[in-house]
Amino acid sequence: MLDPLKIRRDFPILERQVYGRPLVYFDNAATTQKPRQVIEAISDYYQTYNSNIHRGVHYLSQQATQAHENARARIRKFLNARESHEIIFTRGTTEAINLIAASFGKAFIRPGDVIMVSELEHHSNIVPWQLLCEDRGAELRVIPIDDQGEILMDVYRELLDERVKLVAVTHVSNALGTVVPVEEIIRLAHLNGSPVLVDGAQAVAHFPVDVQAMDADFYCFSGHKIFGPMGIGVLYGKTDWLEKMPPYQGGGEMISEVSFERTTYNELPFKFEAGTPSVSDTIGLDAALAYLEQTGLEEVRAYEHQLLMHLLMRLSEISFIRILGHPRRQSGVVSFLPGDIHPYDMGTILDKLGFALRTGNHCAQPLMNHFGIQGTIRASLAFYNTVEEIDRLAEAIRRTEIMFR
Amino acid sequence: MTIHEIEDRIVEEFSQFEDWMDKYNYLIEMGKDLPKIDEKYKTDQYLISGCQSRVWLHAEYRDDKVLFTADSDAVITKGIVTLLIRVLSGQAAETIIQSELKFIDQIGLKEHLSPTRSNGLTSMVKQMKLFALAFKTRNQSN
Repeated sequence: MLDPLKIRRDFPILERQVYGRPLVYFDNAATTQKPRQVIEAISDYYQTYNSNIHRGVHYLSQQATQAHENARARIRKFLNARESHEIIFTRGTTEAINLIAASFGKAFIRPGDVIMVSELEHHSNIVPWQLLCEDRGAELRVIPIDDQGEILMDVYRELLDERVKLVAVTHVSNALGTVVPVEEIIRLAHLNGSPVLVDGAQAVAHFPVDVQAMDADFYCFSGHKIFGPMGIGVLYGKTDWLEKMPPYQGGGEMISEVSFERTTYNELPFKFEAGTPSVSDTIGLDAALAYLEQTGLEEVRAYEHQLLMHLLMRLSEISFIRILGHPRRQSGVVSFLPGDIHPYDMGTILDKLGFALRTGNHCAQPLMNHFGIQGTIRASLAFYNTVEEIDRLAEAIRRTEIMFR
Repeated sequence: MTIHEIEDRIVEEFSQFEDWMDKYNYLIEMGKDLPKIDEKYKTDQYLISGCQSRVWLHAEYRDDKVLFTADSDAVITKGIVTLLIRVLSGQAAETIIQSELKFIDQIGLKEHLSPTRSNGLTSMVKQMKLFALAFKTRNQSN
């Protein structure tokens, strides 16, 4: 069984105080904290083997290249991708989605084609497709959800037709915590001949992901939401698709031969990685995944499930709290409304009491519109949170409510 | 009273509280005195962008003074808007445009407001100055 107190000792930031109170960090869906193993790996890189990779013959360059490619290999294993070259480094989930929109869009999206997203999506999985649709004369089609926060699968089935050239859905809703049945979504899409991109930003830190088992065509996530550094992300793509897609950006690293008449592109994955990569960040991400592997994602899932149940129970004991959405499968995130109190008012006071929560629309305005609200308070969990922290939050919510009576 | 005099008075009022919670309680209470905006102005046109909570601000020009009314759906924001209105409403347009408000810092609220809220505060002051500027310009052209 996972020992959160032991884990907490690896995260220096969790020891700090804010406003003279111990920090309770419940904003893990926005970004996670970093264990010292990650911080040390980055520091070690800059202190002992910083150099540019892939082209240097010298010792440091080879060492850095090795570390960078080791990270790719670990990510392959982490996602259970078939090949390491199917792992492309990006700046984050947002850039990964934009890469697909630009490159897949250029190769495969024509006027009249349809791209499907769900009502649950983060703006990052909406706006790149809107831009693409505008550019290509294509249409954005939205799979609706019910008030529990579940995708309406029967409507999805009906919406799938021969015009649908790509389905882009989140694995876990960043605002409600809904675990989307991506396996079924992908199966149905493939029967229709449509590839699927899965936004895994809110999934990978909470349970094991197997891209081959779910048969995703594209899967992406951000390093900073999985205890790694900011500014690094991952795009997984099936070789067949990646081979057929044109480069995303031009520059160094992504070329094979350059002349003014004609340039040939490097092989995968480098075709999609123009410019010097953020080597320190891939090394940091490698350390983060190593840390998670060591902890065991199945243990993380089991422990977080307990935390989530405890949080849901504590919140539902408070009469004025309304929890938004009741999905069948939920992970990491709970959104709630504090009765008549504006989420922002309560968030401000809770902040002063040491709680890091998120208030607002969580970059999912269409989802907020579905519920006819401006925003919520969101508590999002990680494996270093504890049952005691949840109890303290419930107590703080009760205290805060009295202020606004 | 001049802007400075009102600011000083607010700073004095807040200085009686040592505990931040009392400060916020006072702010929440103060929000209840907000000169409420006419319901017909609670539209997107009068909505200030840059706030996580919604703030509607309306201004009119009477006897060479700018008069503000406002509302917000968040209580703490209401308190802050009330303070801004206490300071700036009823002043001459030019005075509002030239004003540099110090009381927010002095009552120790700015450090406690999150950056998004701070930006909201900045947008509010900016919008009040824009209203003043519009009245001034219109006055000159008449």
